[in-house]
Parts: sequence; structure tokens; C-alpha cells
Amino acid sequence: MAKLLDKQRYKCALGAMQTVQAIDRAIPILHSGPGCAQKLSDSIGSSGYFSPNIFPCTSINEKDVVFGGVKKLDTTIENALKVIDADFFVVLSGCIPEIVGDDTGDVVGRYQDEGKPIVYASTAGFKGNNYKGHEQVIDAIVEQYLEKSDEKEEGLVNIWADVPYQDLFWLGNIRELEKLLREIGLKPNAIFGYKNGIENIKKIPKAQFNLLVSPWVSLTNVKKMERKFGTPYLHYPTLPIGAYETSKFLRTVGEFAGVDKEKVEAVINEHENYYYYLIERYADMFLETRVMAKQFSVVADAQYALGITKFLVNDLGLFPAKQFVSDDTPKQYREKIAEEFKNLNYGIEAEVSFENDGYKIHNEIREHDYHGYPLILGSYYEKEVTNELSGHYLNISWPVQDKVVLDDFYVGYTGGIRLIEDIYSVAVQRWN
Amino acid sequence: MALNLDSSNVGTRENRIGSITGYIGSLSDLAKQSQCGTLKGCSRCFSQSSTCLSSCALGQLSAIRDIAIIHHGPAGCSVASAGTYYLDKVMAKKRGVTNNTVYVGTDMNENDTIFGSAESLREIIIEVNRRYSPKAIFVTSSCATGIIGEDIDSVVDDVRNEIDVPITAVHCEGFKSRIWATGFDISDHAVLSSIVKPPEKKRNTINFKNFYESARPEIIEIFKKLDLEPIFLYCNSTVEELSHISESLATTCICGTLGNYLGNGLEEKYGVPYIRTINPLGVAGFETWLREIGRVTERSEAVEKYIEEQRAIYIPQIEAIKEKLKGLRAVLGMGPGYTFEVSRVLNELGVEVVWALAWHYDKKYENGDVPPSMEYLLENDVDFEASVADQQNYEVMNILHKYQPDLYLSRHPGSTVWAIKNGTPAVYVADEYMIFGYKHTLEFAQAILDSINNRSFETNLARRVKLPYTDWWYEQNVDKFLEEAGK
Repeated sequence: MAKLLDKQRYKCALGAMQTVQAIDRAIPILHSGPGCAQKLSDSIGSSGYFSPNIFPCTSINEKDVVFGGVKKLDTTIENALKVIDADFFVVLSGCIPEIVGDDTGDVVGRYQDEGKPIVYASTAGFKGNNYKGHEQVIDAIVEQYLEKSDEKEEGLVNIWADVPYQDLFWLGNIRELEKLLREIGLKPNAIFGYKNGIENIKKIPKAQFNLLVSPWVSLTNVKKMERKFGTPYLHYPTLPIGAYETSKFLRTVGEFAGVDKEKVEAVINEHENYYYYLIERYADMFLETRVMAKQFSVVADAQYALGITKFLVNDLGLFPAKQFVSDDTPKQYREKIAEEFKNLNYGIEAEVSFENDGYKIHNEIREHDYHGYPLILGSYYEKEVTNELSGHYLNISWPVQDKVVLDDFYVGYTGGIRLIEDIYSVAVQRWN
Repeated sequence: MALNLDSSNVGTRENRIGSITGYIGSLSDLAKQSQCGTLKGCSRCFSQSSTCLSSCALGQLSAIRDIAIIHHGPAGCSVASAGTYYLDKVMAKKRGVTNNTVYVGTDMNENDTIFGSAESLREIIIEVNRRYSPKAIFVTSSCATGIIGEDIDSVVDDVRNEIDVPITAVHCEGFKSRIWATGFDISDHAVLSSIVKPPEKKRNTINFKNFYESARPEIIEIFKKLDLEPIFLYCNSTVEELSHISESLATTCICGTLGNYLGNGLEEKYGVPYIRTINPLGVAGFETWLREIGRVTERSEAVEKYIEEQRAIYIPQIEAIKEKLKGLRAVLGMGPGYTFEVSRVLNELGVEVVWALAWHYDKKYENGDVPPSMEYLLENDVDFEASVADQQNYEVMNILHKYQPDLYLSRHPGSTVWAIKNGTPAVYVADEYMIFGYKHTLEFAQAILDSINNRSFETNLARRVKLPYTDWWYEQNVDKFLEEAGK
């Protein structure tokens, strides 16, 4: 049912065009109105090899609404294949064709029969948000493009994480996860990011297992791959930020993959040595700052709300006030995610609210006593309310206006250090 | 034009003023065909994405201070609310005012497309009014609500007696028109029909329609010399201010495409003259525009004095820089409110326009005339190859590849980057005042010169990246995918 979306924090399912954009040399073809791509793109950092303003689009008009748009879809695909130099095409259908009943699958199917690298996903805006759209795209690839492989490659691990572009740090995070896996002797395979394209997609069915690093996004995808390809999956719900969680993460992955324990411990040891060398040098900053209360709130999707809460509690010794998960997490996952928020050091439990009404979130932040200047990590919407409370504010979730990220990341040991740098770069601007 | 403020619906530009998005030929041919009524736009069997008219309509309305926009549709339609929130905050801060405008969505889902959601919408309107007490409320449709026939007019009529501020329905279905500028008309229509009141007294004010009022301080200064006060619309406007714009001496606009509907509407309904000259860009444009304001407001003497003073300062500098620009060849792509105006300024500066793309073309303005910018070029014997394409980047790239100009100028986000990947220096004419008056005409010339004289960024990048179009496409004629309309 329609509901008040006050200070909205996600896009619609067609926002999955950015999921496609994150695959190297893959391009979405939009069966939608003329302006959907522009609306759903973020205005900075979108001008890659392809950019939203050149995505082929049927640009549906009034006539197509009445007579259907399949003919236009057909010529758009036919000519996109001639004009655009891409390895992979993903047709995404928007609201209009889904309501008037265009058979997108039938049109795309004819090109698939000709052996063209093309799939389609139903991503009408009213079918869910871009987190769901992201899953739809991966589902389309698994369902329509890939076949089960008898040959499995030892040590090959598909990495699945949160939604590109919606996640400000998606590129850096993926690269850092790949790096960590490589260090413990595994062969990471991700389909998003630099040079991750069609060849990586083709390798998906050969993987030893799927590694899902997300509280809930893509859980349906890895389950489907388990059914279709017989690929087992490891679901690690917490984005590992900082030493405490990253070491735990490496041990869990190492054990699941059957990697020699000593090897994993050696990697962890080396990282932790350097990590605590840095922490030791800056411990005075953490302990002796006069301006930051111990309490914090995160307003973000489940991934960052959970990952950052664990980091700030388990690594930095801060205390969680209420946390807000704003990605409209499907109901069936909420209980399990809420449990994770209670699984913190010293029996600390964080209260979490699955809420995307900005008005209510801001009122709760205003009403809570943080016992000092609070630390609020959230979207751009939280800037003003944090200022009202004289708090420290960091823009880590969408919408982002306060930070430019090319390939920065918060995942892993290094990511934890980056997050500390960002938080204290804000805090040091005040003395008392 | 025939203004009907009793209906919340606005005809599209295609239907009202014969606007088109597909044409390839020359400026003179385009004008000739417009004048004798033979111009028929083409459609395309292949196109790339462009812009939604709702972005234009709601981008305008959401810049008004302390109002509420309720965008009834799926979350993707109202996603512009995120950018609006940011823009409203930073634009208000720049002016030293506050803006508490709210832009919310309704997160319509699949059930709503089957059963409708008029009752939920009603509750949302009441709740937004309770939470924020806005000064006006605009309730807007989307493609999805439009197709299922959600009657937002009835919902708005129904809540009107519970809400004591102006509230109106705004019809923003993206499929309605390929011309996103129709959205500007939609926003003007909403303001005219729900906020503007009949005049009570005349004032010394000029309505100045623009986008982001960057030249506000200097325009206030210029107008002060003429004993006039500009009211900038709609960025940072208040509802109270807007309710009085019928009392102004005239309406003017930095971009004909943007202000046409409001200007003509105020003239037709309240007798406020609309300044219909070429735009105040470049020397000829600025002087022609200012003289017309002088004539309409009976301040010609003061205008001539101002022009004389300013000429003495700037003309020698502009003449000097022209020497350095001589012989450059340019391609440009902009909305029609700018393409033919900027072509004129480039011609004034001695830069040769080899191809001009307009993102759409209005055959006639609301008053039935050919756009003044075009008339001016033809009277001055300026002609060049021209096309109309709704930001079809593959056509732009084909043209740049064939003509290899010294310079590409564009006005829309995401467009200049493609030129530089082709190795062509590009100037992003983003700010609507970038070429305004003598001072900014000089700055514009300097910006061109600086872009041409240091090409490091584009050469470095162009050397390392591959363009996303096939060789096949570059071998085709640019009109390859154009078809006669209706085919």
C-alpha cells in the first residue's frame, strides 16, 4: 500500500540499471519512459565507459501506452547491438510496459535464441526498491545466461556484496574483499568493478562456493545458485570493518573453504600487527578527545548499520544508542538481523529500528540523550539534525552530498582505519 | 495562447506549439519550414535515454521556499527528492535564508497499481500538512498513476476544505511528452492557477524567471540604476512573493524555453508585458533586451546611459579577446532556449558554428511567432548545419567525429564528458548567467580560450579510453535512425 516516503533513502527497482553499470562493459537497455535513467543516476561518478545518459531506452510515449511498446523495444535492441560496443546487454522493463503488458521476455528471447549476450529483468518501479532490483538482475543472469558446470575450480569463490552505487564504497569494498581472499590463498571472483565483466560472469558456475557478505541482499541469489549449480554458499551477514570483525571473517571463510588454519592465522597476525601499531599511535586521540560522547547512532541500510555498529562497539569501545535500518529490509529477514545487533562484546545489545520515515528517525534522534555530543553516521538528511544537537556527522549512506569517494572503502583492516580517519577528521574540528 | 487555469492539465509542447525532437538540416531550412508550416518532426527507431518532464516541473516547484511536493508514484519517480533536499538547503544558505520545503514520495507498490491508492494518498497529504505546515501543496502524478487512472484531482478537491493553504494537482506523466520543457510549462501552470492572485496595485518590480539566481546581486544593482526591483523565480521564492507577481511592470526570462509559459500567461491574464527579445547573452542580446525593458517600463534614457558606461569598460576588452578566438570552429548542443542564442554569441565572438544541436525545437512561441533567437540569426545572414535531438549522444559523437571541431559546448549534465573522451575540448555552459551581459560575455570568451589553450586533461584521457560506439556507427550518416513521424 502506498505510504509516506519522507526523506527517501532508496530508489525503485529500475535503479538496478546501476547494478548493470557496475559490470565492466555491460549496458542496460531500458524499456521505460525517457527520463528514468537520468532520475535514477547519481550525478557524480556516473561517467564511466557507459553512462546513464547513453543507455539505450525505448522512451515510451503516449502512443506506446495505448498500442504497446514491443516494436520499439525490438528496434531499440536490434540497433543497440549495432551501435554500442558492449559485451553484455541487460533489458530492464519499467512501470509502463509492466502495466500495459508488453511481453519483454518474448522480444529478448528471440535475441537470446540468436546467441546474443542479452538477458532481461522485470524491474518496474512499483515492484520494489533498488535493493530488490539488484537481486532481479543477478537472478536474470543466473536464470537466463548461465548453465550448470560439471567442472568446479578449487579455491574459486564468487563474492557477492551490497548494491553498487547505492553503496558509496562498493568499488573499494569489493576490491578489498578480493584482496583479503587472495591473501589467504583463494581465487576471488566478483562481477562488479574494475575489469570484472563477462569473463567473471561465465566463471560463476565453476566456483567452489558463493560468499555473501551482506545482511540480506542477494540471499535469494545464492540460494538459487545452490539449487541451479549445486554451489554451496557461506552467508556472512556482517560487513567486516576493522580488526575484530575482519579477523573473525577471515577465520570463518578460511574454515569454510578448507584453507590451512596456520596460513589464515599468519595473514591475520600480520594485519593486526600493523593495525594496532596505528591504533597505539592514536590511542591518545580516542581516549583524550574532549568532544565526543561514547554514544552513537547509524542511519543506513542493514549492511552499514550493522557493520559500523559492530566496529564502533567491538573495536573502538563506543556504546550504541538506537540504530536505524532504512533499506526497507523484507520482513522475513528482520528478526535475524536484529539478533545480530545484540551479538556484541561484553553482552552489549543494540536496539535497532527498521524505519525509513526520516521524520520519525529524526524525532527519535532528537529525543535520545547521548550524554554529550553524539556521533551520527547516516545519509545527507542527518546533517541538519546532527547540527541541531551539536553532534559529529559523517555522510556514509545514500543520499550522499558531503563526500566524494572514488575508490575509498570501509571494509577490512584498512577500511576500519579509513573510517577512523573520517570520524576523527570531523571531531578534531572542535576542541570542546 | 489560450490559458485555461480552471483545468489542472496542460497541453504538451508538441500539441500546443508544434515542438519537435527529430530533425536534421540547416538553420535556414528549419526556419523556412517553420514559417510556411511544413515542418514535421521525425521520430527515432533507436534512442538513448533523455530526461523526464517531471524533473523539470518539480525541479522548478521544489525550489519555492516552504512548500510541500507529494509525488504519487513508485520510489524511482520521487527519487529527485534527495537532490532537492540538498539543493534547497545550499541555495537557501547562499542567500542567507532558510528553506523548509519538503518533497515526499508515496512508494507505490504493485497492489496500488491494481486497486488504486486514492485513500492512502489522501492520508499522506493530511499527514504532510500536519508535520510541516507548508505554505502550499503540490500533489503530482507519475506514469504509473497516470496509466491506472488514479484521480488525483478528486483527492485534491476532497482534502481542500481540510487544508488552509493553496493545494493543487500537477500532472507529470513522463510519457506525455518527449519534450521535457513541457515540465516547465506544467510548473508555471500550477503556480498561475493556485498561487498567483489578481493585482491590487502596480509595483516597480520585474519578474525575472531563472534557474539558480547566481547573478542576483549584480542584476539587483543594474535594475537599481533603473529604479526597478527584480523578483527572481522560482529558486528561493516565497509563496507570498509569488502571489503578487501579477503586480509587476513586466516579466523577463534568462531562457525562453523556461519562461515562455509564465510570461505569456501573466500577459494574457493580468496584462503584465512579457519581454520577447533575444536573450541577454552576448553584447547584442544584452543591449536589445535592456532597451526593450527600458521601452516597456518607460526608462529608455536611464538604459542608454547605463549601456554607454558599460560599453566603455567592456567593449575594448571583448574586442581584444576576439582576436584570439578568430578561426575557431565549434559544435554545440543545448536546449533551444540556449542553442540559437549561444550560436549568436559565438558568431559575435568570431567563432564559427559548424553544427548546432537543439534538444528540442519550438516551431512557434506561445504568441505564434518564430523564436526571436532564430529570427535574429537569419536577419543577420548566419546559417549553419543544425539538428534537433533530445540529447541523443550517439548523434553528437557522430557529428564530433566527422567535424573534429576545436570546441564542443553543452549545457546538460553528463554531456561534455563524451566530447572530451573524443579529444575535443568542451565548455560546460551550466550556469544560466555564464554569458549574461558584458562582464560574463568576456568571462565566457576567456573560458573558451583557457579550455583551448590547455588540453592536457582531454588528451590524457582520450589517449587511454575507448569510446563506447562501434566503428559501424561512425560510418553511418547521423540521420540513420530518423523516421518520419507516425511511421
